[in-house]
Amino acid sequence: MSEKKKLRVATTSLAGCFGCHMSFLDIDERLIPLLELVEFDRSPLTDIKHCGPCDIGLIEGGICNGENVHVLREFRKNCKILIAIGSCAITGGLPAQRNHLDLGDCLTEVYLTEAGLAHGHIPNDPELPLPLDKVHPLHEVVKIDYFIPGCPPSGDAIWKFLTDLIAGKTPELGHGLIEYD
Amino acid sequence: MNNTSTFQLDGTDVPFESGQTVMQAALAAGHYIPHLCYHPEFKPHGSCKLCTVKVGGRTAASCTMPAEAGLEIESDIEELNALRRTLVQMLFAEGNHFCPSCEKSGNCMLQALGYDLEVHTAGFRHMYPDRPLDASHPDILLDFNRCILCELCVRASSEVDGKNVFALAGRGITKHLIVNARSGLLNDTNIALTDKAMEVCPVGVILKKRVGFKQPIGERRYDKRPISAQALDDAPRAPSGAKHE
Ligand code: SF4
Ligand code: SF4
Ligand code: FES
Repeated sequence: MSEKKKLRVATTSLAGCFGCHMSFLDIDERLIPLLELVEFDRSPLTDIKHCGPCDIGLIEGGICNGENVHVLREFRKNCKILIAIGSCAITGGLPAQRNHLDLGDCLTEVYLTEAGLAHGHIPNDPELPLPLDKVHPLHEVVKIDYFIPGCPPSGDAIWKFLTDLIAGKTPELGHGLIEYD
Repeated sequence: MNNTSTFQLDGTDVPFESGQTVMQAALAAGHYIPHLCYHPEFKPHGSCKLCTVKVGGRTAASCTMPAEAGLEIESDIEELNALRRTLVQMLFAEGNHFCPSCEKSGNCMLQALGYDLEVHTAGFRHMYPDRPLDASHPDILLDFNRCILCELCVRASSEVDGKNVFALAGRGITKHLIVNARSGLLNDTNIALTDKAMEVCPVGVILKKRVGFKQPIGERRYDKRPISAQALDDAPRAPSGAKHE
């Protein structure tokens, strides 16, 4: 009997807190049937560093620095279906609450003038990605096919969404699973 | 004598009394029509357009439209829900709605409508406007980031409280809520916690201080039941806060 080809899934967290990934793990023992349908490419679960051709990409977190833009474009290039997961990926979320402030002022406040800082300096290691002046939700940078709202979306919401999608249905959450908070 | 006749809403007979609007009659009969600027205790405002229905192929705001016998009205149809979704999305993109840190979350009509209409994203480019808070008052916080300009607080303060604490200023995209004080600060008005204006905001602008998150997230009004299942709560009722008679 020939095995059905598994869907290849990549996941990453950009300007997020990994809460959506933790919530994804909240599908608990349903991970086992899921692993019969999918296999993971680039993801914190596999530690693969670059994304290859995939069926589904799941991205948590918005865009707050140059590296986020590169990773997002890598995912868009490689994933047939790209899903923004969680408030930050969809609205910019908590990091975007700096959007009405000047970036220079933020860095000065955090690293130089904040009480209790001795000899503070603004980090300038060339390895560090440069922050963007504004935080953006993913759909402002590349085309996003689906959105799973929530901070984080519950394991049940993620499960419903993915199983609908894998079954070829338009994913719907419905009352109790659709949440913005 | 009650002069009762009926119109049709999505194929169901809805009874009404003369003088009622389509919205009032529908809600009183337990049929939900989406709305944001309508409030059962106030004269209709007709500004948010969430309540738009189709009558004989034409669109009309059901909160201002008088009920008439024999009307055939469509409301819960994909054509209208798609337009409502776009209106909700524009409201989200135009303000700063960070629900995870909003005290109104779970009790918010805008959010509840988003849930009901399966809005997964604002879709548009977020405008991230700069709207500083007014925390001047010892008991009340104003977070202008979430204002949808429904004017309910303006109406409540002038019509019920007799105070005129709030007003809308500016036009078009620059239209915004202001506080009627020379300083522009809430602390320089005579607003009181017991004012009607304190309880009518459908979103999270006018907030009592020191009660934040007393009611846990997940156990709030629209967490329990979808907004569309709560039509009767918005059915017409007499103004409750009229203290100036
Ligand atoms: S006012 Fe409503 S939609 Fe806006 S942030 Fe608060 S809960 Fe969310
Ligand atoms: S503060 Fe609230 S009640 Fe007043 S206009 Fe804005 S959204 Fe409406
Ligand atoms: S509820 Fe009718 S226009 Fe707002």
